[in-house]
Amino acid sequence: MLNYFANPRRFMKLSGILTPWMAGATLILAGAGLYLGLFASPADYQQGETVRIMYVHVPAAWMALFCYTGLAISAAVGLIWKHPVADVAARASAPIGACFTFLALFTGALWGKPMWGTWWVWDARLTSMLVLFFLYLGYMALNSAFDDPQRGTKASAILAMVGFVNVPIIKFSVDWWNTLHQPASILRMDGPTIHPDMLWPLFLMIGAATTYYLWVLMLRMRRDLTEGRVRARRQIQAEEAGA
Amino acid sequence: MDTISKFLEMGGYAGYVWPSYLAVFGLLGVLLWLSLRGLKAAETDLAQLEGPDGKAARRQASPAADGAPDT
Repeated sequence: MLNYFANPRRFMKLSGILTPWMAGATLILAGAGLYLGLFASPADYQQGETVRIMYVHVPAAWMALFCYTGLAISAAVGLIWKHPVADVAARASAPIGACFTFLALFTGALWGKPMWGTWWVWDARLTSMLVLFFLYLGYMALNSAFDDPQRGTKASAILAMVGFVNVPIIKFSVDWWNTLHQPASILRMDGPTIHPDMLWPLFLMIGAATTYYLWVLMLRMRRDLTEGRVRARRQIQAEEAGA
Repeated sequence: MDTISKFLEMGGYAGYVWPSYLAVFGLLGVLLWLSLRGLKAAETDLAQLEGPDGKAARRQASPAADGAPDT
């Protein structure tokens, strides 16, 4: 099963079919989510219009964790089973996840200032998200730090796997420690505490962020694999010229 | 007109709400553009290296040369 999907040629064929569908899904979901979030949903009775930041902040924060989970799994598969497409997937995930993490921190600060009275506090949720951002940057730096790409891939894969311990810390930080950040309001045992009028646009925006991630992930993986073929072709040409 | 300006004011929080949306769509838009541009550049390089008949000729010479073989 893993071998079947790890084949670069099969991936190129499959991603060629899926990429336009992901692009279309992103545009439709984001369009519907923006309409409902900005025009159709009500303002919050306590937070007023600032609640509309939620429709971009929460998807960015979820995707920050989702991308890192995908990165860590891909890195582990690449390290253990030596599947080249898994390494490519991990490498392609990192900048997308770093962007989402930065956006979660940035929009969180813009939401925090009017609601908490401060842009930033060094509490568990915010600090662990900042650590996640540095993990992404560290992964990308380590991946490209060696002359031998194989060594960079291996070292960064180990960092990604070790860094995964931060993901449950982020998720449960609001339960384990005192924090200004609100507790979980969607993934709860007793169901979401958000009104459906706000929950639907939020789900649509989370869906748009997910399809955007898959879209850009496939574009970046296709680029990486194509560049690999270019390098191989140039090497063959150089060998033919030298012979 | 009043409705539009009221909407843009965001209840006095426009300075927080709109920069959030601008940052998200701006950064994700740039990332998408860079990814599309990178793929296009790589595809152009490969097409130049292979030439008009390169792909077909290489497949004829070695079926496994165009990436890993199907398993």
